[in-house]
Amino acid sequence: MGKRVLVIEDEPNISEALRFILSRNGWRVEVTADGQAALGSLSQDPPDLLILDLMLPGVSGFDILRDLRAREDTQSLPVLMLTAKGQAADRIEAERLGVTRFMTKPFANADVLAAVHEMAQT
Amino acid sequence: MPRTALTGTRIRARRNLRGLRQAELAREVGISPSFLNLIEHNRRKVNPQLLEALAEALGVSADALIEDQDGRLIEGARAAAQRSDAAGTELERIDEFTSRFPGWAKVLAETQARVERLERVIESLNDRMTHDPYLGEALHEIISAVTSVQSTASILTDAEEIDADWQARFHRNILQDSARLAEGAVALVNYLDTVQTDEAGLAAPLEEVEAWLTRQGFHLPEIEQGLTDMDVLVRGQVELSSEASRVLAQSWLAQFAADAAVLPLEALSDALSDTGLAPEALAARFGVPFDQVLRRLALMPEKVLQAVGLPPLGLVICDSSGTMVFRRAVEGFRLPRFGGGCPLWPLYQALQRPHVPLRQSLLTAGRLGRRYLAYAVAVPITPPAFEAPSVLRATMLIVPQPAGAAQAEPAPVPVGSSCRTCAQLECIARREPSILVTGA
Repeated sequence: MGKRVLVIEDEPNISEALRFILSRNGWRVEVTADGQAALGSLSQDPPDLLILDLMLPGVSGFDILRDLRAREDTQSLPVLMLTAKGQAADRIEAERLGVTRFMTKPFANADVLAAVHEMAQT
Repeated sequence: MPRTALTGTRIRARRNLRGLRQAELAREVGISPSFLNLIEHNRRKVNPQLLEALAEALGVSADALIEDQDGRLIEGARAAAQRSDAAGTELERIDEFTSRFPGWAKVLAETQARVERLERVIESLNDRMTHDPYLGEALHEIISAVTSVQSTASILTDAEEIDADWQARFHRNILQDSARLAEGAVALVNYLDTVQTDEAGLAAPLEEVEAWLTRQGFHLPEIEQGLTDMDVLVRGQVELSSEASRVLAQSWLAQFAADAAVLPLEALSDALSDTGLAPEALAARFGVPFDQVLRRLALMPEKVLQAVGLPPLGLVICDSSGTMVFRRAVEGFRLPRFGGGCPLWPLYQALQRPHVPLRQSLLTAGRLGRRYLAYAVAVPITPPAFEAPSVLRATMLIVPQPAGAAQAEPAPVPVGSSCRTCAQLECIARREPSILVTGA
């Protein structure tokens, strides 16, 4: 059975595209737009990898990342952060909070797959 | 006499050449010796009528007393040299350069002026990109739609077989996102189309009011004459396109009318001739609050200010949060369009000491720093109450100081506009790096 990836993304069509390309690549994909709810499930049953949008309604990707890194069971969970905000300050903040990879939108599907593949190996 | 001499210095030199005393010349042109003294030290500007009178009394043409074309060329070339890091710029030969190559000197001076204008545009656009919430959100929406279209289209063009259901779903998604993209682009273009000046666009209600007031010269004679129906002045004004800006404009007009009622133009103009620019003395003389004097001075017609030897004045008003609620810019003293200003401005210092009037000499940061005198005060605008929070309003009047004026004591405080566009690297108040100077 393939590894599990959770996608936290509030743009449904982006989520759908990600679900498709990752599933086709052998991943078991779960998708949610609700960052707050995801925080609970992440702790109970962490996936093998997380794809996280930065700008989410209610709780930001930074908040989720900070929370994950503060918990023992998700401290080293590989996290790929996707964002439409390509500012250096956001990248620096994401790295400071312990992001594994940071990728700006729009992205190429092949680049996402390559990043996910690489992160899953480590 | 050096060709860069200012008007006051030229007047003094001509008077000395003719062996006239200040009192004699002052009497001849009908002004006080102390006012002439201020003019000669470049602390007061001379209006055209007075300049003619002085020129006649000194037996020269008025042109001989004002800064000449060569002087402007020299200043332009000097400004360009000061911005350059190239060592060995032949500053001492600048006079020779402008007289031997006036055409090239003009090109250099114009280029320098253009660079300064473009820097202001960059500053303004950067400010907008960084702080304008609408623009940030609109761009985010467009990038999200583009991401979705790109990713989905890439799946569809993939060589691999795609299930018919998925294919239909992706086609539908692309259609949705294309429509969203088109709507977002149109909204963005409409938004940017509100740009009505070559330097920056209109966005917020406050900016609309400022654009309207700028066209009026920040002065409405109808109100001086007692007009009370503010709606007449606000209705149909092209700049006031939103209801919010019209409400703001009406509120501004009400304030203007209240200030004008207690500080009538003629009486204030007479008082200024007597005391010079001394807001504290004017407040005492008219028995009005200090902030009211500051507002009224900044919003007097330019020709009235000019008649008493004063340049156009700037004004900034902010609330307790530091948010600017009124701005009248003055040449060389940049006011950010979004976000807070320089924390070192007396405007913000005044918020820490309500009711205490402040006066501070300022020097704008950068190689071409200019000097200003600022007066500020903060007063509560809410009635005193134990259970409710108090809201302050701070007002700052900005008075440009002539380049040749004597050095102020104590030394002026270096200030900027906003941190992102400030050249003052070593600053205790810096909250983020500057985009203008590397290494900040």
